[in-house]
Amino acid sequence: MNPFQAIGAGILNFLEATGRLTLFALSGISHCVRPPIYPRLILRQMIDIGFYSLPVVGMTTLFAGMVLALQSYTGFARFSAEGAIPNVVVLSITRELAPVLAGLMIAGRIGAAMAAELGTMRVTEQIDALETLSTNPFKYLVAPRLIAGVTMLPLLVLIGDVMGVMGGYVVGVYKLGFNEQIYIVNTWNFLQASDVISGLIKAGAFGFLVSLMGCYHGYRSKGGAQGVGAATTNAVVSASILILIANYLITEMLFTT
Amino acid sequence: MTEATPKIEPKIKLDGVRKSFGDKHVLNGYSVSVMPRESLVVIGGSGSGKSVALKCILGLLTPDEGEIYIDGKPTVHIRASEREEINARIGMLFQNAALFDSLPVWENVAFGLIQGKGMKRALAKEIAIEKLAQVGLGADVGKLGPAELSGGMRKRVGLARAIAGDPDIIFFDEPTTGLDPIMGHVIDDLIVKCVKEVGATAISITHDMASARRIADKVAMLYKGQIIWTGPVSDIDHSGNDYVDQFINGLADGPIQMELRKA
Repeated sequence: MNPFQAIGAGILNFLEATGRLTLFALSGISHCVRPPIYPRLILRQMIDIGFYSLPVVGMTTLFAGMVLALQSYTGFARFSAEGAIPNVVVLSITRELAPVLAGLMIAGRIGAAMAAELGTMRVTEQIDALETLSTNPFKYLVAPRLIAGVTMLPLLVLIGDVMGVMGGYVVGVYKLGFNEQIYIVNTWNFLQASDVISGLIKAGAFGFLVSLMGCYHGYRSKGGAQGVGAATTNAVVSASILILIANYLITEMLFTT
Repeated sequence: MTEATPKIEPKIKLDGVRKSFGDKHVLNGYSVSVMPRESLVVIGGSGSGKSVALKCILGLLTPDEGEIYIDGKPTVHIRASEREEINARIGMLFQNAALFDSLPVWENVAFGLIQGKGMKRALAKEIAIEKLAQVGLGADVGKLGPAELSGGMRKRVGLARAIAGDPDIIFFDEPTTGLDPIMGHVIDDLIVKCVKEVGATAISITHDMASARRIADKVAMLYKGQIIWTGPVSDIDHSGNDYVDQFINGLADGPIQMELRKA
């Protein structure tokens, strides 16, 4: 095969896939704002994404905060800047670590589950059955997941912020010998609303990406168990990559704030 | 002076429907008509395009060419809202029942009433229990999850869901596949009974000839994406068509060559 032909075919496939995903996303968004809305399904997804992911996100951000405090101490002690540790911890957690780690953990836990569930529904004709029962699968399956993803991830990140800062506090105070009050005051005084808000904006975007990729790959899966397995893998991998790309783009946009 | 008898319009009419997937031409000018309250059984080998044709009628797939008429109205290029209206009058029993795993049995049966027709849950539940009784299942089954049912029970629940909205048209996709002969017979009897009670027009696809003979008024044979023979079920044993004879008798030798044998 001519190498230019291969490159051209690759580019065309990429553009086709991007177009399909964009149309899927636009259709999903439009069904989020057009009735009928299914509150019971949205609530169920919110519980799945929000409540049941609390331990995973809480543990991840707690230990991230603890490690951050320890590593910062190792570096900052070399030029006697240990006092900046509370500031570094709170800034890194709220602006960067909590949203990214929560996003990646949710991609693994929820993105995979969504792709597997919708993929199984596709290969067992349950999605076809929905259509024959006059129910739009986008409204019934995709829209509740998108709404729950966008609303729940910021809440999880808010809790992750608290857990991460608490991890830094525990290490700072009980291992590194910081004064409790000074640690808290330094953290609080240094923190600005924009730090937390930028993290929450990222979380909303990551929640959308995780739900979108889970639904997209699951909805389009075919070929039985192998197809569902591939959909699950693709959902997690693509959501993780998109989270990292979106993280840079949003950081760039919010850089001056 | 004699009055002209009013012409009865076919309930469903497929006219020259073609559908391809890449290089594979699945339907090659599929044409067939089904009259109101008639039960048509489409027979044909695996991969002959039986399910694809059903999916085209339901709007799950769009034909590349040709037209599909329901009550005389073309349906291939209609809006989504019109499609939902048409589908609200159609019931479908899927090959593996396609029950929703996340819902209990009664909610599966009542799904079209609650979501499609906006009925109150309590009323829809009552109707679902009635429909379950119609297919020989007790109210206690309504509380179970689909995973707790046997193959025969799943088909019955699927049948109850298909007739729950008292549809004008019902489709059966290989209703007896995977069932033992006795349960297959029971399901066939239920299909005949339910279709008659609801007064629906039915299209079934199967390659189970015993089942076809029990549920059909008319039989059509599909081969390579085209209807090659159609006639009353009573004529099937003397159709004069070699393809039909080979298929209904399950003969290895004849005009139908399996892909495997060509290799």
